[in-house]
Amino acid sequence: MSQTAVEKILSQHVGHPVRPDELVIVPVDSIMASDATAPYAIRAFEEMGGGDLWRPDKVILVIDHAAPAPNQRIGNLHRMMREFAQEKGCRLYDVGAGICHQVMVENRHAQPGEVVIGADSHSCAYGALGAFATGVGSTDLAALMRTGKTWLKVPPTIRIELAGRLPAGTVAKDVILFLVGQLGLNGASYQAIEYTGEAIEGLTLAGRMTLASMSVEMGAKAGIVDPRGLELPYRFEPVWADKQAHYAQVLRFDLSNLSPQISAPHSPDHVVPLEDVQGTRVTMAFIGTCTNGRFEDLQAAAVVLKGRSIAPHVRMIIAPASREVFNQALQEGVVEILSQAGATFITPGCGPCVGTHLGVPGDGEVVISSANRNFRGRMGNPNAQIYLASPAVVAATALCGVITDPGQVMETTGS
Amino acid sequence: MKGKVHLYGDHVDTDQIIPGAYTKTLDVEDLAVHVFEYLDPDFRLRMTSGDFVVAGENFGCGSSREQAPLALKAAGIAAVVASSFARIFYRNAINIGLSVVEIGPHEIEKGSELEIDLQAGVLTDRTAQRTYPTAKIPAVMLDILNEGGLVPYLKKHGDYQL
Repeated sequence: MSQTAVEKILSQHVGHPVRPDELVIVPVDSIMASDATAPYAIRAFEEMGGGDLWRPDKVILVIDHAAPAPNQRIGNLHRMMREFAQEKGCRLYDVGAGICHQVMVENRHAQPGEVVIGADSHSCAYGALGAFATGVGSTDLAALMRTGKTWLKVPPTIRIELAGRLPAGTVAKDVILFLVGQLGLNGASYQAIEYTGEAIEGLTLAGRMTLASMSVEMGAKAGIVDPRGLELPYRFEPVWADKQAHYAQVLRFDLSNLSPQISAPHSPDHVVPLEDVQGTRVTMAFIGTCTNGRFEDLQAAAVVLKGRSIAPHVRMIIAPASREVFNQALQEGVVEILSQAGATFITPGCGPCVGTHLGVPGDGEVVISSANRNFRGRMGNPNAQIYLASPAVVAATALCGVITDPGQVMETTGS
Repeated sequence: MKGKVHLYGDHVDTDQIIPGAYTKTLDVEDLAVHVFEYLDPDFRLRMTSGDFVVAGENFGCGSSREQAPLALKAAGIAAVVASSFARIFYRNAINIGLSVVEIGPHEIEKGSELEIDLQAGVLTDRTAQRTYPTAKIPAVMLDILNEGGLVPYLKKHGDYQL
C-alpha cells in the first residue's frame, strides 16, 4: 500500500498500515509542555492518580512563555513545574534556555520519523525534521504523561508542491505567509500538509521550522517537510512519501516570482504583498518566536541594520529562540550590530508574542513582528495592530519607521 | 439542555475566548472573569448559566490553551455550538467535559432559544422552529464526554480503549 510520509510514520508506530480517517491509538516518542500548559497538565496528571511518569526521560518541560516570571502567580506556577520535574525525574529547561520548540529540536528530543506531541499549538514545527508532530491541550498531555499514548484520527494529507527557486529577498516566511493567505485559517483543518518541491530543497532546518510551525495557522494537524535537502548534525533515516501515495488534495504553486509577504491585522490569513501596505507607520518591531527567532533570522536583520540606527520613534525588541541562538549571535557579532543599531535583547523565550510581558504595545500602536499570529489582542492589547513579516522586513521597517521592503534599503547603499 | 444563544462569527480564535495574559492561573474562576474580554466585553453581564455560545466556522482556532474551554465552562456556558471547530479546542472541550456541538452551516440568530439533545443528535432552534442534525462525535470522544472528561475516563479505564 502506497503511503504519504505521515501515514508511514503513524503506521510504523501503530504497528499496522493505517488509512486516512482511521481512529488509532499511537505510542509516542516524546512529549512536551510549556509553562502555559504544564501547570494544568500536572494537575490533571495528579487527578488521574499521579504516580510515575510513563518515561521520565521522554517528558520535557520548558519555561518559556512567561520567562522570567513577571509576577507572583506565575512565579508560583514555575515553582510547581520545577518541583514536579524534580520529583518525577523528568527534564526541565528553565528560564533562558529558549522556546520549547527550539529547545526540543536542538537537544534532539524530536527527531526524523518520530511521533512527538506537545502541549502547544506550534508543536507542528518538528515536521521540519520529518517527524509527525502535533499540538494538544493540557489534559491530553497529562494522559500522555501517564500512558505514553494518545488517540488520533489519521489525517488525510494535502501535498503542497512549491515549484521554482525563491527570488532574492524572499525567505521561508514569505512562502508560509503566502500559503496561509491562499489556504485560509481552516484550509487544512484536521489534515496533514506535506511540503515538497524545488523551492524548499534549499531551505535550512531553520527555514523548514518556519514553514512547518505555521501549518497550524491553516488548521493543519501536522505539517511535514520533504526531507530532500535536509541537513542535521547527526545521522538520520529519512521517511519518504511513496511516489504513488494518495493525497486528499495536491496544490501547486510556482514561487519564482514571489515577493515579500505581509500578514495584516487581525488575522494571519490577511496576507498581502508588502507593496500594498508599504509606508504604514510602526512604533514597535519584534524579532523572535518559534517561527522566526533563530540565528539566520537575527543575521538577516543584522545584514539590514549593520552600521545604521533604527528610526527614533521605533523600539525594537529581539528575543532569541534559545540560549544557543543567542550565543551564536554573540560569537558572530550579530548581537553587537543589532544592539548598536538600537535594538533591545530580551530573554530567549516567547517574549511579547503571547501578550504576557516584555513588550505589550499601547493603544493605537502598530507593530511589525516576525511572529506567527496577529489575532486581535495577541500581544496583550486589543487596541494595537500587528503586521507579520520576515525578519529582514521587520529590520528594514524598524530602520525606516514605516513598512519597508529590505530590497530598497539595501539597494541605496549598493550592498 | 435548553438555553439562550450568544452569537459570534467565523474563526473565533483562542485570544478572543481568553486573552493569553489571563491564562497563567490554576483558578478557573479567574479565567471566567475574562472570557470574551476583547470580543464581547459585556458578555458576562448579559449571560446566564446554561446559555449557549453559537458560532460559525473554525471556532477556537489558534493556541492550544485548554484555558479557553475551561473559561467558557467556568462562566456557566452549557455548550458551544458551531458550524465547525478547530481541532485542539474541540479535543480540549471534550477532555474537560464541555459539550461541543457541530452542526454545519446554520441560520441561528442571537437571543434565540435552543434545545439540544446530544443522545438523539438533534439541535432544535425553538425561536425559528427549525431543527439541525448534530455531527457525530468519534466513539472514543463520546466515551470520554460520557465519563465527564478525560480525567475520570482514565481513572476508570486506566488506558485508552477504542
